[in-house]
Amino acid sequence: MAHIDYLLHLADNAVVLGQRNGEWCGHGPILEEDIAMANISLDLIGQARLLYQHVAALKNDGATEDSLAYFRDAHEFRNYTLLELPHHGALVGYAVDNRDYAATIVRNFLYSALMALLWEKLQTSKDAQLAAIAAKSLKEVRYHLRHSQDWLVRFGDGTEESHQRAQAALNHLMPYTQEFWSTSDFETQAAHDGVGVDTRQLKADWDSLVQHALAEATLQLPSTEGFVTTGKQRVHSEHLSFMLNEMQSLARAHPQGVW
Amino acid sequence: MTHALHTAQTPTVDQVWAALDTLTDPEIPVVTLREMGILRDVRVTADGSMEVVITPTYSGCPAMEQMEDDVRATLQQLGVNARLVTQLAPAWTTDWMTQAARDKLRAYGIAPPAACGSANMNATGPSSIVVQFASKTVARDVVPCPRCGSHDTTETSHFGSTACKSLYKCLSCMEPFDYFKPY
Repeated sequence: MAHIDYLLHLADNAVVLGQRNGEWCGHGPILEEDIAMANISLDLIGQARLLYQHVAALKNDGATEDSLAYFRDAHEFRNYTLLELPHHGALVGYAVDNRDYAATIVRNFLYSALMALLWEKLQTSKDAQLAAIAAKSLKEVRYHLRHSQDWLVRFGDGTEESHQRAQAALNHLMPYTQEFWSTSDFETQAAHDGVGVDTRQLKADWDSLVQHALAEATLQLPSTEGFVTTGKQRVHSEHLSFMLNEMQSLARAHPQGVW
Repeated sequence: MTHALHTAQTPTVDQVWAALDTLTDPEIPVVTLREMGILRDVRVTADGSMEVVITPTYSGCPAMEQMEDDVRATLQQLGVNARLVTQLAPAWTTDWMTQAARDKLRAYGIAPPAACGSANMNATGPSSIVVQFASKTVARDVVPCPRCGSHDTTETSHFGSTACKSLYKCLSCMEPFDYFKPY
């Protein structure tokens, strides 16, 4: 059902990026950024919880927020592929090596810029609960965008090395943003029903937001051509199942466990 | 289970309000849930049962569950069989905080939030001047120091010890302090 799939897409985006950013907890480059990533993750996981709770209520088949987050496998997730990538450049073979904060910041910027526009529109969704979640999430994503844009400019317009690493992260991640604008049946249907938003409407505003920030950061807008990823249609990169394996291991080892 | 309660008089809406009004924020114990705008309503529904309405703050705020537990425990002590309703819309905003709450926050060492929609809320504006390591963007709202009242303050970190706060420093008295972010 398109409505459910659309909500799961939004929820999976939030939980996957929340988990990824949470990997910095205790490992942040400086204390303030460690705290920032934990805070941002908390917001994202909170948004995912609200959305999963809403899905569970609509499905009314025994699903819970926990079963949706912890007991679905990678091929059932509908997040953008961009969000599941580890925090490093294209050629590093495993997830924990050489985390690069530039990759973290660039991804948060590209995604937050989209969500600041999307949550704003979703405030008028015909799904009243989704509209309510959007109104809350919009307040939160504005802080995420402000944070990531601030650091993007700092890195780009910083030292030679910070500039080079920010540009490399941008070159690596930008092609994945094509998935923001690609169409899928569930999104088209959700937009048609007034539940969702056709993201292509947002592209001009997103482009201008990105270009404005990149100009200030003295970074070059890289090519966004090439392979269009398909995470939202449940076909993912190799990274998602490793990430979920870690995220879901506790719940699966102790399926009835409570705090 | 409710037999014992039938003999006692069911508390009125005012009595329930009064009891719930003693509950404070678990992270900021000087302000009540009502003053924070989290406890929204106590009402009697068409079928005669009582409902207590709360509106959550940040989506991921871990203190929300503690607050819900506190409300439930208080209702149980009163012998009120009320339903706890979590209402998302309209979304909680720091604009709902009462003046009393703002004064208490300041006295506790936390700068109260500016009004929403003010300059500090605008994420997309250009940042311009490098002020210090952790924040390139100039904090665009004046956040007076809760200790000495000086307006000469600077943001140390967008994010602080809880989701709702950022970290500031007073350049007059040199004290670091929390700023409750507009939401």
